[in-house]
Amino acid sequence: MLTKRIIPCLDIKDGRTVKGVNFKGLMDAGDPVALAERYAREGADELVFLDISATEEKRKTLAELVYHVAEKVNIPFTVGGGISSAEDVGILLRAGADKISVNSAAVKRPELINELAQKFGSQCVVVAIDAKMIDGQWIVHLVGGKVPTEIELFDWALEVQDRGAGEILFTSMDHDGTKNGFANEALSRLSTMLHIPVIASGGAGSKEHFKDTFTVGKADAALAASVFHYREIPIPELKSYLQKENISVRL
Amino acid sequence: MKLSIIDYGAGNIQSLIFAFRRLGIEPVVTDNPEIITQSDRVIFPGVGEAGSAMHKIREHNLENVIPSLKQPVLGICLGMQLMCAHSKEGDTSGLGIFDTDVLKFDTGLKVPQIGWNTIEGLQSPLFKGIKEGSYMYLVHSYYVPENTFAIAKTTYGVSYASALHKNNFYGTQFHPEKSGDAGALILENFLKID
Repeated sequence: MLTKRIIPCLDIKDGRTVKGVNFKGLMDAGDPVALAERYAREGADELVFLDISATEEKRKTLAELVYHVAEKVNIPFTVGGGISSAEDVGILLRAGADKISVNSAAVKRPELINELAQKFGSQCVVVAIDAKMIDGQWIVHLVGGKVPTEIELFDWALEVQDRGAGEILFTSMDHDGTKNGFANEALSRLSTMLHIPVIASGGAGSKEHFKDTFTVGKADAALAASVFHYREIPIPELKSYLQKENISVRL
Repeated sequence: MKLSIIDYGAGNIQSLIFAFRRLGIEPVVTDNPEIITQSDRVIFPGVGEAGSAMHKIREHNLENVIPSLKQPVLGICLGMQLMCAHSKEGDTSGLGIFDTDVLKFDTGLKVPQIGWNTIEGLQSPLFKGIKEGSYMYLVHSYYVPENTFAIAKTTYGVSYASALHKNNFYGTQFHPEKSGDAGALILENFLKID
């Protein structure tokens, strides 16, 4: 049976992990490769690296990081953050990334999704969508959720699926950082209307939240950062909890 | 041992290179028929769309080279599918090593199947030391139905062949290079096959 995936997300700036990480036994808490290895050992099903550095030279640093992660880690990983062209994607995939995620660039130029799916295959194209509820409507936001668009979440999700996305990573800006649970109502609607997998993001604070997003939210995978970084929820504990709750996970 | 990874422009080759380096083997990445033919082991990777991948195989003049290889050959993911007779994806004729069709998932479940699923009914030296029900990483929209060449099965709405074997040819629908320690053991077993 296909299992639900648990995906730690690592925020990367200039090749280093940001957000203070205090793992025991980790020589260098800011080293994304060491952290990735650790997550892989603990049973993470996939990893996401989100590059939040704003400099132009970051592309080279990011490709180097991807290369070093692929060298050490034998589970799949996705790389995102500021990717805007097929050229960017080619560099990252050649360096060893399994999938890439596009966000703002796809909103600004939706044809990018078709180009990437055609050139590299849908299986490696994740479209990340940040959205926020405004006047009862889920509105897509850009630039890490800072800038609102006029696009509605569900319309956009259908469009990116039609254009060839292999997966959708949906982050609710209303839930992100709150630790009050995922946006399960919106997630459930997304997951039901789409035929591609949906990754839930934003709001993880407890093990129950993961269970709820897989059952109520019908998510195929759940992504979180701080609960894993700060060891509030160890991955092995989370997975055995989910198994007890009759959710299929890889143990 | 000389191991070639066939490079025809359709595959996550870097991950495969690293996976074999972790096993102490430095692979040769090549589209040169002579080098491929003279290797002890050959890996036939593949991601993307079947039709354009077959087109690339022909562009690299490999459509006759691969089926005539005599050493152990391992096709991975789309590589395995292209070793079959025909794929519904783009109505594509494959290399015909395994006389079976490749069909599209049509069970109401999400397509592509992305993630970790179990392999069962293991029957090959490729799976030496691998437990029944081990988890492997899969990403695919098309599948090979159960057939006489199946050496592993996986269920996703339908039970299908997730690994194939015939003579010196092996195929896995899953990505051993991305399937943790169990996947690494499968690659190691492949290196040991006579």
